Amino acid sequence: MPHTEKTILEVQDLSIAYPITIGVVRAVEGVSFTLDDGEALGLVGESGCGKSTLGLSILKLQRPPGQVTGGKIMYRGTDILSMSTRALLKLRGQSIAMIFQNPLTSLNPLFTVEHHFLETIHFHDPSLPREKALAAVGKMLETLGIEKKRLKEYPHQLSGGMRQRIMIGLALIMNPDIIIADEPTTSLDVIVEAGFTELLLSLRRIYKLSIILITHNLGLVAEIADRIAVMYAGRLMEVASTEEIFAHPLHPYTQGLIACVPNILVDQKELVTMPGSPPDLVEPPAGCPFAPRCPKVMPICRLKTPALLEHFPGHSAACWLYGKNVRETRTNPGEG
Amino acid sequence: MAILVSARDLVKEFPLRGTLFDVFSPQRKCVHAVDRVSFSIAEGEVLGLAGESGSGKSTTGRLLLRLVEPTSGAVEYRGRNVTSFSARELERLREKAQIVFQDPNSSLSPRMSVGQAITHPLQIHGIGTPAERKERVLDLMEKVGLSPAEFLYRKYPHQLSGGQSQRVVLARALVTRPDFLVADEPIAMADVSVRALILQLMRQLKQEMGLTYLFITHDLATAKYLCDRIAVMYLGRIVEIATRDALFSQAHHPYTKALLAAVPVPDPRARRDKNLPKGDIPSAIDPPSGCHFHPRCPYAVARCQEARPPLREIAPGHYSGCILD
Repeated sequence: MPHTEKTILEVQDLSIAYPITIGVVRAVEGVSFTLDDGEALGLVGESGCGKSTLGLSILKLQRPPGQVTGGKIMYRGTDILSMSTRALLKLRGQSIAMIFQNPLTSLNPLFTVEHHFLETIHFHDPSLPREKALAAVGKMLETLGIEKKRLKEYPHQLSGGMRQRIMIGLALIMNPDIIIADEPTTSLDVIVEAGFTELLLSLRRIYKLSIILITHNLGLVAEIADRIAVMYAGRLMEVASTEEIFAHPLHPYTQGLIACVPNILVDQKELVTMPGSPPDLVEPPAGCPFAPRCPKVMPICRLKTPALLEHFPGHSAACWLYGKNVRETRTNPGEG
Repeated sequence: MAILVSARDLVKEFPLRGTLFDVFSPQRKCVHAVDRVSFSIAEGEVLGLAGESGSGKSTTGRLLLRLVEPTSGAVEYRGRNVTSFSARELERLREKAQIVFQDPNSSLSPRMSVGQAITHPLQIHGIGTPAERKERVLDLMEKVGLSPAEFLYRKYPHQLSGGQSQRVVLARALVTRPDFLVADEPIAMADVSVRALILQLMRQLKQEMGLTYLFITHDLATAKYLCDRIAVMYLGRIVEIATRDALFSQAHHPYTKALLAAVPVPDPRARRDKNLPKGDIPSAIDPPSGCHFHPRCPYAVARCQEARPPLREIAPGHYSGCILD
């Protein structure tokens, strides 16, 4: 999607590699996407596809020895990758905040909920009086639906769902524009997960948030995201609106991914399966990384890597199946 | 069809470690993990046991194989009471009744090759000569999709993908040719595309080997694909049990309804109003009186707090534990 005035974050041709003893793991390869103000983008893929590395790198938090080997990450016109440490510390939390997968390991077991909040506030705004900070925390707890007495409790005294609500509260307390949520519900039970989804959707409206939701859970993105980017072996395979991705997936990987998920509303006699496993990212095969598993593979797929091209308005795919004639092969083009 | 396994009034309480004072007190606190659970599984059937964390579904699975000892109640396997089995009888039972755990990586010894791991149960039960064992293992490996078997036979767990590890665990459980398999969240740790493959494999193996499953899962969408009947557990009790079709089309218990509504659907057109139950699951140490679900239930009335609602047959083969039915 091209850069517009509404674009708040733009990732351009980003590559990230982890040099290890046996070679270089190409975790992210030439990834480009944009995030509009107020938009929720789902970054979908299986383990090891690079989605978490990509999410962390937006805050320049990728774990060593991970290195950005190319590309830019523009936040409101400034390249995050060339920011000073001081500017980065301000950016993290105040402009872009992150929610991690496992709240128990993200919260400090030695500190109360209140301490977590006050520490975050004072780090960003040391001059704010304690009373004012506490008032802000109280308001946040109300929004999260957590009783005030919980402030004095420690993480182990809270249920999993409550911990995850505290995590999202900590992420929002400095009023950032963008929330990056990395598998936020993986450790939660179904009903708690559904509650968290509702909370996230209402917070999104209250705080006018832009969201990047990183997940393998297609059900979750279907409920939260406006647009979906599908990742495989470090590359973006397809980007389109959520409705479009589910109704008319173009890439065979996206098609397989959607078809192999059990759907409670549908009677599935058989699930579609995708044999094989993702390629080794140390020495990825030439051509399209999905070619070895692709049911529609063609000779060219094994030779040249397809670029992510826009085949319909707002609907891009990196696949050799789609030439210029793609529009005629489909009867019902979506809005994109 | 003949009943293969049945549970009668199974109870499991785990006592809490307390202070010295607590040891002498007559009412020691405990976790009521499983609270008078009864069901039976027919030969060739797949019974799903669905519920959230802490509902007691995994403990129930382990009780069936006597991996944990019940506080009271009985488990019958082919009409014989497993709870009174001697150590030797129990060993013979384990040849016929097996279990697959959630995390394949922690279920496999990193120091045993694939071949050794799958052969191990045959050695324990003294089945076959070494040559026969190897042939049987290689055969089974091909059957569960560990192919080429000769090549993977010598591999170690760290050299396998997630899907392959789960296949090794399945093969190890099936190598003694059991007729009953407890599958405790076998796909919860697997990747999306691997899940579908394992589910399909489990269905295929069931037909080829004439297996009966207890399929423990928190994911009702998965249960819908694999199970013939489904029991829903909440805080140690079965609240509803019905055939798959009846459960998904005519769920009765408010908890089952909540659970069904909460499942995320991979279809943006299906965004639904979920009407979620309030609050969190209460502690299994001091569960609520009467119906365990009443504090969170949108339909609760005063009577719900009084006594445990019995499971009543509301339609042929469809039991629900709600007084409002």
